[in-house]
Amino acid sequence: MRVRVNADKCEGHNRCCALAPELFDVDDYGTATALNGGEVPVALEAKAKLAVENCPEYAIEYVRDGGEQDK
Amino acid sequence: MTKTPPVEDWATDYDIFDAGYVKDPVPVWDKLREQCPIAHTERWGGSWLPTSYEDMQAFVRMVPALSSRDPLVVSESKEEMEFDPILDEYGNKAPPITSDPPEHIPMRRLILPLFTPKAVEPYRPFAEKLCHGLIDGFIAKGTCDAALDYAVHIPAKTIAHVIGVDSERSDEFVGWVRGLLEEGMQDPAKRIKYRGIIRQFFGELVDARKANPRDDLVSRLLAQEIDGQPIARKAVVGMCNLLLVAGIDTTWSSISSALWHFSTHPEDRRRLANEPELFPSAIEEMLRFYSPVTMAREVTEETRAGDVTFMPGDKVLLNFPGANHDPAVFEDADKVILDRAKNRHIAFGIGSHRCAGSNLARMEMDVALRVWFERIPEFELTDPGAVTWAGGQVRGPRHLPFRFPV
Ligand code: HEM
Ligand code: SF4
Repeated sequence: MRVRVNADKCEGHNRCCALAPELFDVDDYGTATALNGGEVPVALEAKAKLAVENCPEYAIEYVRDGGEQDK
Repeated sequence: MTKTPPVEDWATDYDIFDAGYVKDPVPVWDKLREQCPIAHTERWGGSWLPTSYEDMQAFVRMVPALSSRDPLVVSESKEEMEFDPILDEYGNKAPPITSDPPEHIPMRRLILPLFTPKAVEPYRPFAEKLCHGLIDGFIAKGTCDAALDYAVHIPAKTIAHVIGVDSERSDEFVGWVRGLLEEGMQDPAKRIKYRGIIRQFFGELVDARKANPRDDLVSRLLAQEIDGQPIARKAVVGMCNLLLVAGIDTTWSSISSALWHFSTHPEDRRRLANEPELFPSAIEEMLRFYSPVTMAREVTEETRAGDVTFMPGDKVLLNFPGANHDPAVFEDADKVILDRAKNRHIAFGIGSHRCAGSNLARMEMDVALRVWFERIPEFELTDPGAVTWAGGQVRGPRHLPFRFPV
């Protein structure tokens, strides 16, 4: 599983970083990024899902295997 | 509260200050969402009240057709503006909350780095010590007013500490902010008075820090530049004003609402006391269910929304609290579920004006509730009839008489 943060939508609510600090970080101006190129280890898949489902801006997307690269 | 005629038809004549609505607005929102999802009223200067989550998501993004230049739920009248002596010197802007593009983002970026999760974490020990100290003051009595003896002091003293002013003044701050946001919404004379006091206070503070910079927030704001230009004194005063006004009533309300909930729902109280790992999701659920803040936008261009048309000069309320009860987005929306896993609530707003203080507010709530539950895990209302609620721009309990075993 891979995830990415759509920087145009992200407004820095930090829900993702609070729920899955292993997977997301946020900069000084409140824009989040997915760590490790968005790669989600199997053990953290549930946390990734939580982050996706708690982002009020709908800014976190799943990247399908074989889908386009993040940036 | 000012007396107004009772509401007969909420879809065409709602009253955001109606006592029953202030106490429990959920049934009104639920009914409107089904029957008339964007209600209208001529009361309090006139406004539109959307109730669906989808509309709130859409309206925050209609910039600048829905402008932030007047975000108060009840606008100042022309007479009020002409009469107010403070406006000549300071204006009435509180960037970034009153800003639209292109001014908004640069102003917002001055504040954001001061309130990141990492930036607010160092204030946690201060907040913890504060909460323990407050509880020390009343725990032996077995009674307290949880709104006035506890919740209100946490954001007031913390923001005073963050801004770099004497925390002894925090009681005055509370009076000023309530004068502006609570009494002032229905009484222009009060609004003028307290707006003046706050602007003057920060005007003097800004001048003092300009002359003698310290390691504090005001000095840091003064040291910043936008496009190589220092920030205008007016704008720094407006920003400090905003941090004070936006940070106190709001967080006070959310802490008090949570304590009210647990005092009236013993099964939830016992569950949280026994399962402290639920604090993070329980806090988000309290924020969702009892969202304190309603903002407003001023219409600047004719805008179609569903079945209605907003005309220039109209006021549209951003009913984040109502959106957070929309069953289209939240399962069992009118039930508190402490371990709700999927919770895209918008208590802190959404879009480009997302609350810049949300990390600080969440930290304060976390500390306030954890310390309370650690010290006073069993508590109840002594007299439910004595509970009072403020509403309008910011909704939350203002009196919470509690008793607990000593
Ligand atoms: C539970 C407590 C709080 C709630 C529910 C809350 C809610 C909100 C909401 C809904 C907005 C959006 C305004 C809009 O769209 O027009 C906002 C903006 C803002 N809040 Fe908060 N707030 C809280 C606490 C705080 C605190 C503690 C601070 C101060 C440090 C703060 C500072 C701000 C600022 C500066 C803005 C303006 C951001 C902008 O316009 O870009 N808030 N808040
Ligand atoms: S929760 Fe969503 S909006 Fe918030 S920081 Fe994460 S990605 Fe951005």
